[in-house]
Amino acid sequence: MSTESPEIPRGPARGSPDYAAYAAGDMRRNEIRARAQRRRTSARALYADPHRTARALAWLSVGLGAAAVLTPRIVGHLTGVGSRTGLLRTIGVRELASGAGLFGARNATPWLWSRVLGDTMDLMVLGSAAVNPAVGTRMRPLVSLGLFAGIAAADVAASLRQTRQRSRGGVRAGEAEEYLERSVIINKSPQECYQYWRTLTNAPNFMHTIDSVTEIDERRSHWVAQMPGGARIEWDSRISEDKPGERIAWHSEANAPLRHAGVVSFERAPGDRGTLVRFTVHYQPPAGRAGRRVAQWFGKGPQVQIMEDLRRFKQILETGEIATTRGQPSGRRSVMARMVRAGRGA
Amino acid sequence: MRATCWNGVTDVAVETVPDPQIVNPRDAILRITSTAICGSDLHLYDGYIPTMMKGDILGHEFMGEVVEVGPGVKNLKVGDRVVTPFPISCGGCYFCTTGQFSLCENSNPNAWMAEKLWGHSPAGLFGYSHMLGGYAGGQAEYVRVPFADVGPIKVPSHLSDDQVLFLSDIFPTGYMAAENCNIQKGDTVAVWGCGPVGLFAIASAFIFGAERVIAIDRFPERLRKARDHAKAETLNYEEVDVLEALKELTGGRGPDACIDAVGMEGHAHGFFGAYDRVKQAMRMQTDRPTVLREVLQACRNGGTVSVPGVYGGLLDKVPFGAIVNKALTVKSGQTHVQRYLKPLLELIEQGRIDPSFVISHHLPLEMAPEGYRMFRDKQDECTKVVLKPGLKKEDVQRPRARGGDGGTLLH
Repeated sequence: MSTESPEIPRGPARGSPDYAAYAAGDMRRNEIRARAQRRRTSARALYADPHRTARALAWLSVGLGAAAVLTPRIVGHLTGVGSRTGLLRTIGVRELASGAGLFGARNATPWLWSRVLGDTMDLMVLGSAAVNPAVGTRMRPLVSLGLFAGIAAADVAASLRQTRQRSRGGVRAGEAEEYLERSVIINKSPQECYQYWRTLTNAPNFMHTIDSVTEIDERRSHWVAQMPGGARIEWDSRISEDKPGERIAWHSEANAPLRHAGVVSFERAPGDRGTLVRFTVHYQPPAGRAGRRVAQWFGKGPQVQIMEDLRRFKQILETGEIATTRGQPSGRRSVMARMVRAGRGA
Repeated sequence: MRATCWNGVTDVAVETVPDPQIVNPRDAILRITSTAICGSDLHLYDGYIPTMMKGDILGHEFMGEVVEVGPGVKNLKVGDRVVTPFPISCGGCYFCTTGQFSLCENSNPNAWMAEKLWGHSPAGLFGYSHMLGGYAGGQAEYVRVPFADVGPIKVPSHLSDDQVLFLSDIFPTGYMAAENCNIQKGDTVAVWGCGPVGLFAIASAFIFGAERVIAIDRFPERLRKARDHAKAETLNYEEVDVLEALKELTGGRGPDACIDAVGMEGHAHGFFGAYDRVKQAMRMQTDRPTVLREVLQACRNGGTVSVPGVYGGLLDKVPFGAIVNKALTVKSGQTHVQRYLKPLLELIEQGRIDPSFVISHHLPLEMAPEGYRMFRDKQDECTKVVLKPGLKKEDVQRPRARGGDGGTLLH
């Protein structure tokens, strides 16, 4: 399977001046479009989305299983297996189980492979029926054999694809580019919020991973970040749009290990209740093993991470400090409590 | 310093811990002169509030003397005598600027935990679990008070600690519970629980114009306090069927407003009592909603139910149908203490109310574990324990003589 299908319009090239606007505004439209495309019922679309493939196979399992359990005689007659109702009922129960597994499981891989195993069993039963036909001719077992061989091929294909995909880190169709958005309301004017954010050297005050920011010129700046686990990354960033009191858009330059584009916008909140700050970042999970590690960390809860950054931004603007319990006294901690607190850096 | 630490379910100990430090510009450090054990501390003691960690310092009702202020605190100076509200509030966010201090958006560093449980996070609280901030509490010799320019109120020297200490929580909590009832002149109000919050709610209901207040409890000394000091009619739920009795007392209509001043550890007999205890013990529900069920049943059509009692999580078999079909209004919330400090301090100064009457025990800080046990088990007619660092064990007095001379709530 190619991660390129279904085709999502890619928009302007990364690094081009239009990219940031695309990243912020058009991405949402693209998401919706991609989802609609995934929903399309054509066989191609069905195959394109592994999740849908698994569901289709699950329905097939349930259908065959129910037929075999409820009407083993008819199934035996049609397939040419004959009146081996006990065997057919067992097969039916197995089919129902793998169907239920496929519907319920978060990870479909083992259940898909269980279908492949079941197919082998079915083909053996049909094969033996073709050699020693129970009902008249060999025609029926042979036709069934062909049919089930087709299903088996589909199962094998789906299983292989699913296995490959999970080992790649679970990137599904349409998600090759990651997109995050979080917002917060701040009890200050858009201009005040803009001003603090636009002073890029303030970033380390509220962005968890950022160590330092150096302004190179009006538009360009150099960023240093400390990733969890100790990896240090550096890159240059360029502001592509700067509307005082309204929005700032930027994108990373070619030297960035984690290519991304972001927009932060400042709108007056309804009812004059301060400013709605919306932060959007759109990034390309980098290739290579090191890159995957970064992406894995990022995939661990970037939504929460970004929300925490925004919360700190809000705290600084509204209170002038960041609420913390760092360094406060406590009694003797248990080992567990010490670990939790160390993990949180509190 | 010495501090009361939570070490596990029903396990608290006074331990030596490092002194608190100024961390942020708007912090202050207080030397505690008086601190109380709250009914809601018992939920921590009994282990029903999640995200407590061994070693956490307890206590959210305290007062004392300012010994250090950060550079951002302009309204306090070293030596000021202050009472501190239990919610920590920044004063600058939407909720603080609209007077809803216990919903401050900026004071809970662990907001994400509370968001997981409740969708949104309220303010951080002193000594009340990590999901509510993980701040060290004030049942100690010293405490760090964040946003000290917003919370603490200076109290005049002619008022004793006992008179003003409860501005930190239970007096405003009872007051807000009554305010939430939207009491009209001539209303009848029923109050479940005659602990300190219930007693303050009774007194406050009268202040708001209630004509009758009916108080419900099972401990004779608490019912006596409600009757003698707060002028309530009383029902002992071990002796009467409360729902029947309330109907009888109100001509079949039910009380105009009902206050649940009990919360998550309500007691009940019979099937539901046992059912809730088992489910809570198995952690299949976090709260025993015994009282909440009864309150919703008892309230008159179109009436108001006010819940100052603490509930933490998921409740089972709550008759929500009563809310819909009887058109009830339900109001609750952690108390916006900062909003009430000034007006209630004035009531105390004018001599209209003397909160000190709820106190049954003064103990040295060192005796906090005994205090928790006594208060939880209602031993020795315990209604409220005040801990005082520096008080000698020899100076501990028997509970003050009861029956008229213990001070009067309303004057």
